[in-house]
Amino acid sequence: MAHLPPESLERAPGAEPAARVSGAGRPAQQSKLFWVLLAAPGMIWLAVLFIIPFYAVLAIGEGKLNRQTESPVAVYNPFTWSSANLSNVWHDLFGSGAFAGAIAWRTIWYVAAAALLSLLIAYPAAYFVARFAGRRKGIFLVLLIAPFWISYMMRMLAWIDLLQSDGYVNKVLSFIGLGSPNWLGGHSYTVILGLVYGYIPYLILVLYAGLDRIDPSLIEAGRDLGLSRARTFWRVTLRLSRQPILTGMLITVLPMLGDYYTNQLLSGARDTSMIGNLIQGQLATPSAGQGAILSLIVLLVLILPMIYYVVQTNRASQAAS
Amino acid sequence: MSSTAVTETVTTRTAARSAPRFFRNPWRHPWLLEGFTWLYLIWSLAPIALAVLFSFNKGRSQATYQGLTWRWYWGDKVNSIWHNPALHSAMFETLRLSAYTTLIAVPIGVAFALGINRWRGFLPSSFNFIMILSFVVPELIFGVAMFFVFTKMPGLDTIGLGNWAEVLGLVTWNVSWPAILVQARLVTIGKQYEEAAADLGCTQFQTMRRVMLPLLTPAIFASAILVFSGVIDDFVIVDLLSSNATNTPMSVIIYSTQHGGNGGPALNALATVMLLMSFVVAGLGYVGYRLMTRGQRVDGQQALTAITGTE
Repeated sequence: MAHLPPESLERAPGAEPAARVSGAGRPAQQSKLFWVLLAAPGMIWLAVLFIIPFYAVLAIGEGKLNRQTESPVAVYNPFTWSSANLSNVWHDLFGSGAFAGAIAWRTIWYVAAAALLSLLIAYPAAYFVARFAGRRKGIFLVLLIAPFWISYMMRMLAWIDLLQSDGYVNKVLSFIGLGSPNWLGGHSYTVILGLVYGYIPYLILVLYAGLDRIDPSLIEAGRDLGLSRARTFWRVTLRLSRQPILTGMLITVLPMLGDYYTNQLLSGARDTSMIGNLIQGQLATPSAGQGAILSLIVLLVLILPMIYYVVQTNRASQAAS
Repeated sequence: MSSTAVTETVTTRTAARSAPRFFRNPWRHPWLLEGFTWLYLIWSLAPIALAVLFSFNKGRSQATYQGLTWRWYWGDKVNSIWHNPALHSAMFETLRLSAYTTLIAVPIGVAFALGINRWRGFLPSSFNFIMILSFVVPELIFGVAMFFVFTKMPGLDTIGLGNWAEVLGLVTWNVSWPAILVQARLVTIGKQYEEAAADLGCTQFQTMRRVMLPLLTPAIFASAILVFSGVIDDFVIVDLLSSNATNTPMSVIIYSTQHGGNGGPALNALATVMLLMSFVVAGLGYVGYRLMTRGQRVDGQQALTAITGTE
């Protein structure tokens, strides 16, 4: 609100009548039809390939199992739905001997640790480049953005190479005399490191964009009014970067929760598997219905943060106008 | 003896005096922060450089440097990416998927953005909501839905897994790039140009074609770059929707081969090719964006962030 450019305030009252005058010669419904026709292909596409698919997931999840072919059958009529899969999944998650419950908790702990670590690493780097890089900003920005253009699999492969038992990390460690741990032998710390390394480029870009937008004169005002460096940072910069931090966390946490490949590549052990493995592992099996229910539960848990993100994105674009 | 002691005290005193002055300077350079940033950059980029180096490794190791060779690119008659049919076809599959997806997703997304932006009402705004939602849904959840659609959904299951399923899934996943970037650009352009064109007697179609599209070209171009490179990098959707070796792109080959325990420098070579593709796309994107925004106040840094979609 405070950042509305003055010309938009001046323009707003005059814009309405001008549009009406120019549109006066043409029939009104024709002009609307033009926009409808433009939007229609995208809307139909999203309806068929984004909305209906989730109903298909529900139909599989609430569907039956064909015992002859051992394959799940989708049931599209809600009145004949069966809750067998749902109760199975519920039992796995919360019942006695709930193996899926342990996996869910592990997922939350991996993702929380990885997200927090990412933030602690990404924020200072983004802060430095946005505020202090000066004339070298271009080169810093190129280096900061480079991982964004390097494929995820390439980045995982790079760490697989380094963390081999005869890899360079262990060579350095044993040279210093710290032994040579078997990094790829199924450890949570390796998986968390992989998650941090994999998703940090997206976080750092969001943080950079947000921090770069902070008006330096606000920070200077804080210093002029007698705040110390630390307190200026705490009371001005950090307050102003709450939004980018939240958005950045969402943009890293949401995909991390659906990750099933990082732990497969860096550990492969059963006791580092996450909720993504549980969903993906059941896809082409007779228990695909349970995978479907599980993916819907994840979607349901995440729907609030996702809606928050959408509302924020909408608000940001409206504030800009 | 005594003279060195004197110089010592003098130097320590000046140091003691200048150090606080340095710290008292409110605009001093944050060396600690800069050091941290460099450490981060080394941590994030050095492993990649080493992975590229291993793609030229003489031996079979992915972990120890044994000398340089082109063996894993084309020298080896069996295992090089040029001669191994699975790796060879994966390269072209990635390019095919990227091209198809960009060609379909960008026009649909741009038209959607233009229509949604001007057509007010409940229906368009809820579709806009859904479009942004498709941007944040975890890819696995979306991929699972796509998998069921192409294997179990009456009507669409005739498509089956494979090339078509991959393209349809990738288009849905990437259509939000052009839709979001074009809407953001529309907001900054404002309505004046359109109104001027209408006042001068343009029809809606002419306004679109002659006024809006040229103004939107940089945004459309940036979104095409993002879609193309996004498909090169994509893993989850193509992993779930590919059916056999002829429609498996590079990312899936790297994952399944390495995970299956058959890794080797040839995989690094494949990943290096992937890296080159992405960097060529990014480079073209940067140069193209600079050319298209000539005369506007867009500097190199803005162009850099524009082609990553962060504005």
